[in-house]
Amino acid sequence: MNALLAMLSSPLSAHWVIVPILLPLFTGAVMLLMREERRRLKAALNIGSTLLGLLLAIALLRWVDDQGTVGSIGIYLPGNWQAPYGIVLAVDRLSAMMLVLASTVALGSVVFAAARWHRAGVHYHPLFQFQLMGLSGAFLTADLFNLFVFFEILLAASYGLLLHGSGRLRVKAGLHYIAINLGASSLFLIGVSMLYGVTGTLNMADLAQKIPLVTDADRGLLHASAAILAVAFLAKAAVWPLNFWLVPAYSAATAPVGALFAIMSKVGIYTILRLWTLLFSADAGASAAFGGQWLVAGGLATLAFGAIGMLGSQKLGHLAGFAVIVSSGTLLASIGFGQTGLTAGALYYLLSSTLAASALFMLVDLVERWRNAGASIAPHELSDNAPFLSPSLEFEAGMNLDDEEEVLIGKAIPAATAFLGLGFLGCTLLLTGLPPLSGFVGKFAILTALLNPLGLGMSAHNTPGIAGWTLLALLITSGLLGLIAMSRAGIRHFWAAHDRGVPQLRLAEGLPVAGLLLACALLTVQAGNVMRYLQATADALHTPDAYVEAIMGAKPRSAPAKTNDQKAMP
Amino acid sequence: MELLLSLAIGVLTGSGVWLLLRPRSFQVIMGLSLLSYAVNLFMFSMGRLSIDREPVLVPGVPLNLLHYDDPIPQALVLTAIVIGFAMTALFLVVMMASRGLSGTDHVDGTEGGQ
Repeated sequence: MNALLAMLSSPLSAHWVIVPILLPLFTGAVMLLMREERRRLKAALNIGSTLLGLLLAIALLRWVDDQGTVGSIGIYLPGNWQAPYGIVLAVDRLSAMMLVLASTVALGSVVFAAARWHRAGVHYHPLFQFQLMGLSGAFLTADLFNLFVFFEILLAASYGLLLHGSGRLRVKAGLHYIAINLGASSLFLIGVSMLYGVTGTLNMADLAQKIPLVTDADRGLLHASAAILAVAFLAKAAVWPLNFWLVPAYSAATAPVGALFAIMSKVGIYTILRLWTLLFSADAGASAAFGGQWLVAGGLATLAFGAIGMLGSQKLGHLAGFAVIVSSGTLLASIGFGQTGLTAGALYYLLSSTLAASALFMLVDLVERWRNAGASIAPHELSDNAPFLSPSLEFEAGMNLDDEEEVLIGKAIPAATAFLGLGFLGCTLLLTGLPPLSGFVGKFAILTALLNPLGLGMSAHNTPGIAGWTLLALLITSGLLGLIAMSRAGIRHFWAAHDRGVPQLRLAEGLPVAGLLLACALLTVQAGNVMRYLQATADALHTPDAYVEAIMGAKPRSAPAKTNDQKAMP
Repeated sequence: MELLLSLAIGVLTGSGVWLLLRPRSFQVIMGLSLLSYAVNLFMFSMGRLSIDREPVLVPGVPLNLLHYDDPIPQALVLTAIVIGFAMTALFLVVMMASRGLSGTDHVDGTEGGQ
């Protein structure tokens, strides 16, 4: 780690910004050349490359943070053209944080996949690396059209990953997922080209400078283009009513893919946060904070939809899918207020909920396999209906637990069962926001910032307003509904399941779940440091001058001294 | 020319969206294709429509957009065409897989009412 940090501060440091994109690209390309039978080698390469990517992301994060100033960012000009003429890659606190989060989730997912799921189809490992490449690129780029290209890379890889393992359910979900995303990509292109037509630039920093200069006659076009662009991102971020594809797709995907996809909807959130704070900052004149109330309203509707969905889902996979939607809704609504404290709290919640949702997707797979290995399945669990008053739930002689209670007490719980149960408990605490884990800290930070927009003790005459109170009420209610849904699922799978054998659990499958939950525990223990970092991130986001100046001021490298041979050439 | 182009884009978009909302996967893929044509034309038009402007630098002509065509939308359209083509091909494969697995070309994999 220290060696990496030392390398980052060397004169060539700027080149490290592009490595998170190149590393998965080359790893994926090399793996394409290997025969499909060499899965073990590919898995080792994949894990090694992802681990290296994680270390690099952590080094970038520490490097960005150590510079100390509000807008500390690393800039890389891939074509050595000055902005806005060339493409720019930039890593600031937000990008570095998202890189670390994506790499962490990816590492968990790939270790889990290496245990068995990567054998379910072909080309799992190259697709996984290309997906990582698209993710890193989307987090690093500072150019709108470049963002589109990286979105397409990560989507193309995600289509392949979603179909991994094939089967009727996955192909059906994949067909819908691809159609929705192709539609969203069309909207993305329309929005981008309209924005270019109005402002004449696609560089994000240059856009931030040009938007205050847009004439009133063009402002309608500008807002229309931003809204069309936002719809494309909101569809990816799973805002209601653009999120009906998410639950079938994520629950049909194989477990490690579902775990990786937990970060996919966060890409939409990241893009909205980045572009909205940059283009419609307080400096944007008449366009300042354009669309904020729409983000809040969409987020609140999504939050309510996700919470009701959690309550209504009987299958564990659907539960995890709706948990992702709840997380998206909370984030969008909190971001839409445009307050730094609230954004910082939302970012903490983003870290915690993504890790937890990812762990839950993998845990669901282990629990489902345990249940398929033996044991009775009630009819209502096969269809996705609530078990109200169905004949199978009526009293039967064998279901009476009272007679067996004496036998159950003192019976040792097998370690694997205990692990699954504790893991599920951890996910429940994290996703519903109960103490003592990081889900609670995140929600607490959001609620505190909501009630005290100017900081604790300084907001005596500030009330949250209708939208604020609604968010407060929905956050708490959604936590309660989620808790009811997850307790019910937990009771059904862990308490009412005493006729099952011990689950077959491999170390490589338990490790990523435990690792992701431990990462959440680490977030809780280090909450002070993490919040300080995130507060700096939010401050920089809401005053984007430093970001804009750093990108527009980045100087291309002067050409190396030419030899006589090169001079002779025309 | 403006009227003709905007009518063409509008008709392509309208037909594309209508087909996209149809239940057969062949209609959906045709809709997506038409929509991508419309989007490509739209992007192209965002560089402003002009006649007889130089696409490549010519010696002696002043270096500004009054005398040259805007190259950026053309580059963007080229990228969008390539990506759109690849995605359509990929969608076609998934569509064929769905047809093979379910025996129907309905996008939900079952005929209505079943």
